[in-house]
Amino acid sequence: MAYTPNPKKVTDEMLHSIGLNSMQELFGDIPDDIKLNRPLNLEPGCSEIELRRYMLELAGKNINVEQYPCFLGAGAYDHYVPAVVDQILQRSEFYTAYTPYQPEISQGILQAIFEYQTLICQLTGMEVSNASMYDAGTALAEACQMACEASKRMRILIPDTVHPEYAKILNTYCISGKMQVTMVESHTGTADVDRMVEMIDKETAAVVIQHPNFYGNLEDINRIEQAVHQQKGLLIMIVDPISLGVLKSPGAYGADIVVGEGQSLGNGLNFGGPYLGFMASSKKFMRKLPGRIVGQTLDFNGQRAFVLTLQAREQHIRREQASSNICSNQALNALAASIYLSMIGAQGLKEIAVRCHQLAVYARDEFKKSGLQLKYEQPFFKEFALRVKDPGGLNRMLLDNDIIGGYELDDALLLAFTEKRSRMEIDKLVALIGGYENE
Amino acid sequence: MNKLLFEKNIPGSNSFFLPPLDFSAAEISSTIPAEFLRQEELELPELSEVEVVRHYTALSHRAYGVDDGFYPLGSCTMKYNPKINEWAARLPGFAAIHPYQAEETVQGAMEILYRAEKAFCEIAGMDRFTLQPAAGAHGEITGVMIIKAYHRSRDDDRRIRMLVPDSAHGTNPATAHMAGYEVVEIKSNAMGLVDLDDLRSKMDAETAGLMLTNPNTLGLFEQDIKAIAEIVHGQGGILYYDGANLNAIAGVARPGDMGFDVVHFNLHKTFATPHGGGGPGSGPVGVKEHLAAFLPTPLVECKDGKYWFDYDRPQSLGRVKEFYGNFGVIVKAYCYILTLGGDGLRSASENAVLNANYLRHHLASDYHIPFNRLCKHEFVATSQNQMDAAHISTLDIAKRLMDFGYHPPTIYFPMIVKEAMMIEPTETESRERLDEFIGTMRSIAQEAKEEPDMVKNAPHRTVIVRVDEVAAARHPIVKWEAEQ
Repeated sequence: MAYTPNPKKVTDEMLHSIGLNSMQELFGDIPDDIKLNRPLNLEPGCSEIELRRYMLELAGKNINVEQYPCFLGAGAYDHYVPAVVDQILQRSEFYTAYTPYQPEISQGILQAIFEYQTLICQLTGMEVSNASMYDAGTALAEACQMACEASKRMRILIPDTVHPEYAKILNTYCISGKMQVTMVESHTGTADVDRMVEMIDKETAAVVIQHPNFYGNLEDINRIEQAVHQQKGLLIMIVDPISLGVLKSPGAYGADIVVGEGQSLGNGLNFGGPYLGFMASSKKFMRKLPGRIVGQTLDFNGQRAFVLTLQAREQHIRREQASSNICSNQALNALAASIYLSMIGAQGLKEIAVRCHQLAVYARDEFKKSGLQLKYEQPFFKEFALRVKDPGGLNRMLLDNDIIGGYELDDALLLAFTEKRSRMEIDKLVALIGGYENE
Repeated sequence: MNKLLFEKNIPGSNSFFLPPLDFSAAEISSTIPAEFLRQEELELPELSEVEVVRHYTALSHRAYGVDDGFYPLGSCTMKYNPKINEWAARLPGFAAIHPYQAEETVQGAMEILYRAEKAFCEIAGMDRFTLQPAAGAHGEITGVMIIKAYHRSRDDDRRIRMLVPDSAHGTNPATAHMAGYEVVEIKSNAMGLVDLDDLRSKMDAETAGLMLTNPNTLGLFEQDIKAIAEIVHGQGGILYYDGANLNAIAGVARPGDMGFDVVHFNLHKTFATPHGGGGPGSGPVGVKEHLAAFLPTPLVECKDGKYWFDYDRPQSLGRVKEFYGNFGVIVKAYCYILTLGGDGLRSASENAVLNANYLRHHLASDYHIPFNRLCKHEFVATSQNQMDAAHISTLDIAKRLMDFGYHPPTIYFPMIVKEAMMIEPTETESRERLDEFIGTMRSIAQEAKEEPDMVKNAPHRTVIVRVDEVAAARHPIVKWEAEQ
């Protein structure tokens, strides 16, 4: 099968009209010794019927969260996505469009991004948001780079309660030689604030804190905020957008830059991607933000219009002077987040956040009744680490009983509770884990 | 005027609700200490479901995708996005699986990652690929970090510069700078190709390598590529292939056979996955064997028909992305490769190059084409004729094209050509479409002579006219505010 519309008769006529006789002649400028001169060693093409059959077969080899209840979180969550979201995303004016460089025919996409920026600001309590990033991990790396540029310092302080993959990505980006990351150990399931406050000095470009952190626990941010601002460094917060339905916003904590994983906002699990990084900051860093930003202006008839703006930050204008190399990233995922937030509204987000937390509390109480303990006795939001003897064996047993278990820590299972979980599913989980652990 | 979401806010109109709670739960204030709880009001808008749907449907009417019409945006490869691929990526077996599920529960997904990597290796002439990068620019930074890790592993810390041609995509210099390199520009010669003397004089033992697009952004094949590779390699440098223009040569020639050491592909260009209005894309990075050790972890391996993630790669760069990359996009690209097969990929390139040359040939009578010879999948025209005659700029022509239902070409790029219009038709356009476009371009050229104000004041038929971009940047309004 192919998607080339011109039959051979037509391509021959086209060739002749430009003075050529064969397709080969179109590649006369490629030296023969670097041409492939053989067919690619790939399977021959196939029909849609065959493709469909094969894809169904491959998809059928995976166990999905529609089949088994999922208690896995650790940075990717099985939140409910209202049917409206995917229906709208399938409008091909959105998904087959390019980045809205031409405002006159892209007002719909530009307005959607402007609304997305506003929604992210409303959610985080920050003053400006960009149009999106690849994911939380890369957004964190770019936020740290931005903090280094803004403060003209190099040191980033980060507790080990941040998602390990985000920390790894940040470390990878340090190869630039423009950042130095110091990771601070902790033992209580929350950042070692005493140690961090001690380590903050006038070399510190930024302190990173994830809240709720990787273990689901809530972090004591106020002391870190005071200490880092006293030394004129920046506070970078990583947040779970769903938690902001009930938790104090990063803006209220005094964060300078906020990043997070927007997957929870209307994006499916997709085996890890595409997801959505969001990034917001206070106004004074607006011209240092990476990526696209849409602004409101007027057209020359005086109508409200939207346009990509502050492009002097970007690679296609500034080349090596750009604040980042990022260009196309996750626009359609950002659109999903906007549709999701407009579908559930303020009240819906609050209810979802409360429900996740109540289910997690219910599960904890039931585990305690079975004699099990949390690894960390800390306030949590929707996720906690349950102390168990054999996380690997436990997960296999849960799978045998049609449950996708938790994220395996050394001596604990990290369990996440979204609004999709029910009391029945949790009761079954508790009974199975209780039985296994108390054997 | 289109109202914003926030201007349609009716508190209480929202119809989303959760299943009833079937256990007694305490107030959240008894389980989360007050210091953590939101005191300030959450300001999200509230709309009914039907109003949400109408809002976004109205927005879609003010957008323009490949399904709406011809989109000759140079270097962006706006080809048709097959619908079956959208269906496949949405199967629950792909869309509803968690990245940390046990490997035995996601074997089908891992098989796709594994087989897609093998296919990319064959198409690129490379030995291994990472599928982690989320976009072309992300692939670039991954590739350049691999180059840096390679030089470091050889205790070669002197290399502080990266060479980039003056015709390169803006992401190349931005990437090299981001990775901590000083960017040195290589001149193009009178033929629009890399100036070998300039390259020779700048490629030295303090230079990490060269980032090159082939065919370049003028749509011209760098015929001296073997000599270029020798110069770079001769000084211990690494040759990087920006795959943005792969659609010209897939199945015909391979970057690996030209001497490139690292490549990135743009799955949202060559492999027909949709651009999404600015993503998600995917930018896999391939390397030759001598660089494979530095690829990000994990890689997918297969033993006895079982797939597993290999994290045990001690020289690895680390990680550049959460999880395994934009898996959903990779599913679509793999479907595309399966559908076309090797011959189909080659045929797509042939048709892409034919369509570009057809347009170039038939536009040359009305538009100045600075390098008017055999091109690959795209070419650059300019508004020089119209500028000389009536001060009609490339921007004017681009805006006028919208009145006739076209997305304009890429404009003012590459920067080495004045008033550039970079035109890439792709292989999925029929001759009839191309002829219509040629007709429209000719009539605009005619208008430029006879009725220049019609072109200068374009567009006339779009929902807005030209916007005040200067005011937008000078007094930025980047979110809606209640007091507006």
